[in-house]
Amino acid sequence: MNATELLETRITGVVRAVTGAGKPELVPKSRLSGPMPWVIAIMVAMTVIALAAGLSLRNTVNSAQAGLEGGLTVQIVEPRESEREAQAKAALERLQGLPGVTSLRLVPEEELDRLIEPWLGSDEGEANEIAVPIPALLDVQLADRASDERVAEVRAALAPVAPGARVDAQSGWLEPVYDAIASLQWLAIALVLLLTLALSAAVLMAARSALGTNRDTIEIVHLLGGTDGQIAGVFQRSIGVDAAGGGIVGFALAVVVTLFLGRRFAGLGAGLVNHGSLGPADWLLLAMVPVAATALAMVTARFTVMHTLRKML
Amino acid sequence: MSQVTADEIVQFDNVGLRYGTDKEVLRNLSFTLFPGSFYFLTGASGAGKTSLLRLLYLAQRPSRGMIRMFGADAITLPRDRLPMLRRRIGVVYQDFRLVSHLSAFDNVALPLRVAGASDKDLRRPVSDMLEWVGLADRMDARPATLSGGEQQRVAIARAVIARPDMLVADEPTGNVDPEMAVKLLRLFEALNGLGTTVVVATHDVHLLQKVPESLIMRLNKGQLADSTGALKNPPRRVANPARSPGPPS
Repeated sequence: MNATELLETRITGVVRAVTGAGKPELVPKSRLSGPMPWVIAIMVAMTVIALAAGLSLRNTVNSAQAGLEGGLTVQIVEPRESEREAQAKAALERLQGLPGVTSLRLVPEEELDRLIEPWLGSDEGEANEIAVPIPALLDVQLADRASDERVAEVRAALAPVAPGARVDAQSGWLEPVYDAIASLQWLAIALVLLLTLALSAAVLMAARSALGTNRDTIEIVHLLGGTDGQIAGVFQRSIGVDAAGGGIVGFALAVVVTLFLGRRFAGLGAGLVNHGSLGPADWLLLAMVPVAATALAMVTARFTVMHTLRKML
Repeated sequence: MSQVTADEIVQFDNVGLRYGTDKEVLRNLSFTLFPGSFYFLTGASGAGKTSLLRLLYLAQRPSRGMIRMFGADAITLPRDRLPMLRRRIGVVYQDFRLVSHLSAFDNVALPLRVAGASDKDLRRPVSDMLEWVGLADRMDARPATLSGGEQQRVAIARAVIARPDMLVADEPTGNVDPEMAVKLLRLFEALNGLGTTVVVATHDVHLLQKVPESLIMRLNKGQLADSTGALKNPPRRVANPARSPGPPS
């Protein structure tokens, strides 16, 4: 026997030991199979999709928070253009000398126009419209987090040179969005927990049903000297094979759905959702779902069977 | 309560059995089974033969009394130690109780598999046993495709394949022709000759004559009785009381 054949034999031996393949089972396999692999496939698919959504939302929040954590926006709200420009210039000079400011820029007027264009329209062809004064904007990046204290310090520093300055932490604007996303994350976690419970309940019912169907066989095996562990092992192995098969199908389905939705969201081009893509660690976590589902199904089946067998003599 | 010696395979002491709140189906049973003895358990229908056998093969605990088997107290024995006792007992059920999804071969191999034998180790003895009961050509047949007599032979092969210390058979010849009945009794006798204690429940009086060295336990309305209806312990020897091994006097 060469090395390849030896390896194949050993792999086959391990697979048979785990799945019981090739050995006549004490309990007929078909009784435990039926819809179980499909139920498990659906559960795993839904769990993976819910978990992927939760991870994606987490990534979105983390990415947005990292970018905006030290960000400040200074608006110079002054209707007179010359005064607005003078205060913006003074504020710029004052902020340059302020400790903890890592970057600073006056947002160009063209960029401002582009920002407000969706709401107010463009200048072109609207000569008769009354011009709306737009505040001057300064984009400030602090070395540390833009806490309420830091915002107050900046506000106090600007008050003498730019009385029209309004200082806001950029992260504050997105606070309601973060809250909403956090709620969605909790929803995703709750869904994963519910699906875990549903999977356990499905396996429990399947195991009980199989025990009831095969009660006579189990009694015979008991009377032949079979142990609870031997009988539970048969059910555990059978449900494990079902769960593994269903888990693989469910995971494949969920991956297709997740990739499809990921592309659709990426197509939106919105800054916030662009940061919600899944990393390698996230995919690894998702790949653990069918493994965990299989383990959970096997443990549930064993616990259920052992519990029921203990009531028999 | 009498002393149990190492020579006693089974000892019943004042055993009673009732199902639920009904009246006792077995009452005040006290007897001892000795290694290497051959017992017939007789009695009319409803006398309690099957109930007594269920106690013997540990499918049932009594409502009262004491049962010792192979030196262990079968009443207080923890559940996890029951399998080891059960592996020492072969059972032929009246309704065969073959596992329907397994072939004749796998049904016969079941006690060996349960005891941990590998496929390689069990192939030969199982094939030999099936050949002996005349089913060499039906090894792969499922029970549903076997006749009543063939199923009974598979059940007997399954009961004796692991060379049990005690064989308990409930009407084992009920579904076989007279020739096969004699052949099966010869198998039981052969096993008995190897030291296995055999207990055969039957209402066939002709069968009793075919094993002249057997002992008879007669049940009457749930009580063990001799010809006068009194309790009997140990069971009455039918013939050849000097046969060895038998119960010590």
